[in-house]
Amino acid sequence: MSEILLSLKNVETRIGPYHILHGVDLDVPKGSATMLLGRNGAGKTTTVRTIMNLWRASAGTIHFDGRDITNLETPDVARLGIGYVPETMGIFADLTIAENMRLAAFSGKIDTQRLERIFTMFPAIKRFWLARAGTLSGGQKQMLSIARAIVEPRRLLIIDEPTKGLAPAIVGNMVPIFRDLKQSGVTILMIEQNFAFANAIGDHVAVMDDGKVVHAGTMAELADNEAIQRRLLGLSMASHQ
Amino acid sequence: MVATPAPAAHATDDLPRRPVDWLPMALVPAVALIAIPFIGSPSTWLTLTIAGLAMGVIIFMISSGLMLVFGLMDVMNFGHGAFITLGAYVGLTIFAPLSVWIDSSNLALNLLVLTLGLLAAVVVAGAVGLVFDRVLIRPVYGNHLKQILITMGGFIVVEQLIRAIWGAEMVTLNIPAALRGSLFIGDAAIERYRILALVVGAGVFAAMLLILTKTRIGLQIRAGVEDRDMLEAMGYRTRHLFVAVFVAGAMLAGMGGLMWGLYQQNFTPAIGSQANVLIFIVIIIGGLGSTTGCMIAALLVGLTTNYTGFAEPKIALFSNILLMLLVLLWRPQGLYAVVNR
Repeated sequence: MSEILLSLKNVETRIGPYHILHGVDLDVPKGSATMLLGRNGAGKTTTVRTIMNLWRASAGTIHFDGRDITNLETPDVARLGIGYVPETMGIFADLTIAENMRLAAFSGKIDTQRLERIFTMFPAIKRFWLARAGTLSGGQKQMLSIARAIVEPRRLLIIDEPTKGLAPAIVGNMVPIFRDLKQSGVTILMIEQNFAFANAIGDHVAVMDDGKVVHAGTMAELADNEAIQRRLLGLSMASHQ
Repeated sequence: MVATPAPAAHATDDLPRRPVDWLPMALVPAVALIAIPFIGSPSTWLTLTIAGLAMGVIIFMISSGLMLVFGLMDVMNFGHGAFITLGAYVGLTIFAPLSVWIDSSNLALNLLVLTLGLLAAVVVAGAVGLVFDRVLIRPVYGNHLKQILITMGGFIVVEQLIRAIWGAEMVTLNIPAALRGSLFIGDAAIERYRILALVVGAGVFAAMLLILTKTRIGLQIRAGVEDRDMLEAMGYRTRHLFVAVFVAGAMLAGMGGLMWGLYQQNFTPAIGSQANVLIFIVIIIGGLGSTTGCMIAALLVGLTTNYTGFAEPKIALFSNILLMLLVLLWRPQGLYAVVNR
């Protein structure tokens, strides 16, 4: 197995009176795409929010590139080079697309070549540059949230359900974008419910259930084994082709 | 500065741009026009309109800070009035030994003493705001009930300290000599101080809009009003931003406090608590997090107070509540809500 960039050991998270994560163990290898799968309520979003320290881990440790980040404040986690695209997309609706992108460039400067590459990936970003983000369609908002996360070089991209609510044609267009990102050397940790999409991008997979990782391995392994799919996910990938 | 290529040249025509919502902006001239038949005399109407607008911009100054604090930090600061009282009394303290300059007919000396008073009010209110944030606000982030209780407690403490230092009796704050009296447009008398208040208020409004829309810190504030978690996940420390916004809000209230004190001329340490009610009416009418909404609401409150005070004093007692009720029936989130809470 290649070098581990992100590692969670026995992570537990409580939100108010609720005990959501019950000891999550997860390794994300460097330079690959790890897909986090599982039923609704399995704890996937809680896991990534805990990594970002938007919810604090009550037990366990989180290491990023060998450094313990369990108790780092969210801005410090982000400044390590971790881009985060939440399930809600997190775009600032009252700001223009240009303002959203400027804000995402923490250094205060957007690299022109990088921006041109983003424009190539997401032409709508260029077309609607001065429009308010709140006026974009759902798919365009998702494009903006991803574009924003990659406006500066990232070591790790955490993306929570990028295909949620999107038309199949748009989802199909996103596959080469993520493959391209992966080829550029970015490590990806992605929550995904669309198995076909996950299979098209993922190298590794972790399946969660009841606040724990119940299966970890390669994506190919899971894709080839219908019995494991049915047991862990209640569905087979074949039904999603 | 952000280096961006020129995608601006690409038209946004094919996306239905969100239309500018002109209706709330039209309310101010609409209210002024509707008032004409009730006032009768055009010159009286003009006098009341200028007075209402001047009162409105001062209310904007004292309200805008709380609008940001409530919008960005989600903090229910019922102690905001303390900074208004402080501003008025610090101004009084600066003005007292400089009474010769205040009574001088030299406009430059008048403006100098006013500037000194405003600077002192801003600095003292900002410093007390910083202490307020550290000691009272920070421990109760995210808990509205505790925020209300502790900020009301803090307000009482500050107000009692002001009574202990400056006394509880009514004090008089003299307007500098060159700003006393009125200018006449036909038969309409326009008080000079109100013209100055309009200029200062418009300047504060323009500066706030400029900072919020043209600067990086303004971008962060606007983004933080919408989604604080996301802003943090982008690497920005909102805690620092919160402190800056809270202190800026206190400074604005201090500045507005002195202007409000000069507008009223005679006041007691209750000046802040009396203004508190107006402030909450204004930020509710304007919509949380909206500077433009706050300004429109403040102007509406100023105009309504002056018109009803003249035409029907009995209605004036509850005219602002009635105004709030009507606006909320039309737009339950306020005129321009940026955040929904």
